[in-house]
Amino acid sequence: MIKTDAVIIGAGPVGLFAVHQLGIKGLKVEVIDNLDKAGGQCIELYPDKPIYDIPAVPECTGRELTNNLIKQISPFKTNFHFNQRVEEVFQDKDNWTIKTNGGKTFSTPNVIIAAGVGSFEPRKLILKEAEKFEKKSIFYSVTNINLLKNKNISIFGGGDSALDWALELSKTSKITLIHRRNEFRGTPHTLEEIKKLEKSGRISIKTPCQIHSIEGDSEIKSIEIKYDNEKIEKIKTDTILSFFGLVMKLGPIAEWGLGMDKKTILVNTDNFQTNKAGIFAAGDICSYPGKLRLILSGFHEVALASVECFKRARPDQKYRFEFTTGSKIIHERLGKNKKSD
Amino acid sequence: MPKITFINSSGDSKTVEVENGLTVMEASVQNNIPGITADCGGSMCCATCHVYVKEEWFNKIEKPESGEIDMLDMAYEPKKNSRLSCQIILTDNMDGLTVTTPEKQA
Repeated sequence: MIKTDAVIIGAGPVGLFAVHQLGIKGLKVEVIDNLDKAGGQCIELYPDKPIYDIPAVPECTGRELTNNLIKQISPFKTNFHFNQRVEEVFQDKDNWTIKTNGGKTFSTPNVIIAAGVGSFEPRKLILKEAEKFEKKSIFYSVTNINLLKNKNISIFGGGDSALDWALELSKTSKITLIHRRNEFRGTPHTLEEIKKLEKSGRISIKTPCQIHSIEGDSEIKSIEIKYDNEKIEKIKTDTILSFFGLVMKLGPIAEWGLGMDKKTILVNTDNFQTNKAGIFAAGDICSYPGKLRLILSGFHEVALASVECFKRARPDQKYRFEFTTGSKIIHERLGKNKKSD
Repeated sequence: MPKITFINSSGDSKTVEVENGLTVMEASVQNNIPGITADCGGSMCCATCHVYVKEEWFNKIEKPESGEIDMLDMAYEPKKNSRLSCQIILTDNMDGLTVTTPEKQA
């Protein structure tokens, strides 16, 4: 059981800035995220797209924003718990107990939900029969490359993941690369490599077509793909890799007894607390009159929430508002108190 | 104020009248029309506002830019008349536009 002053659910820009706001107030924080790295939508959906509405930052990409936020909170040496989804949140007197699907348990007076639109999960194949083969012979990411040797692998998708894995796995398996249109999205170098392997017969490319059916009982025997002109082709396959990006699922959050409006959590605008004392929501996932889904709104929301978090974590101390420009104690927390000044 | 018709995958339809300048995605969200999720809020990076535009309209409206076509690769069961509804901006001469929402968005 990890005891801490606050648990932040979601390591996107708003969750990261929450670490900063709590950190300068001297609170200890643990961050949980379902992805394998910090950044949330900024990293997963638009790492290279420019953002133009961060105050005093005329232009930056999702990746740059994330890296700068990570740098900004580095003095606080915060623990991140990646690849974990929060499953349960329940009350234990004045504290909240949090359990993740990775088996970790936290006890804290404050929970800040900065979970965007929910946790990211792979977009799965639409065919019903795909379910029973999942993790056995249908994969949405590659975790153990050794399982993918000497196979007949059909790879679906037209982006970097599909292309890169087609290249890599063609060294040891027979690859069929299947995409809904003739154009692939990849670097010119990767596309050239793919074309070379197609010529030498190591990779077979099928476009424009999509999956039509999967045949097999306990193991996949073959698949059928359907071309735009309705033609159907059977392909010998024992393994399917599918790369259609990620979708966001609200997941268990809806079951924690919080006041909700569709897929968002209702908060008050004094401190962004939900209907449960000690549970806060900020960023895209919170909702209140006039809410704008902007990163800058989320920054404001966690700044206010952090004040109430302080009061709950340090009930015997008086809260004093301080500016980062002049506060000695904040400078100390940021590691800026050098003898030279 | 153009009228736009949404048809769901089982064939039920609903027509709404919306202001010029809104996107088809906003028109659906504001009118509580199910079938369009729009997780990213209209920034063309999630493919959960995917719709099929009725053929006669598909060629009349502005063509998608390459970023939208790339994003449509992620959508469930894309077809030749697939579009992201957050990228279709409504004008008066689009009165009568009809789109079908897919069976599944996410």
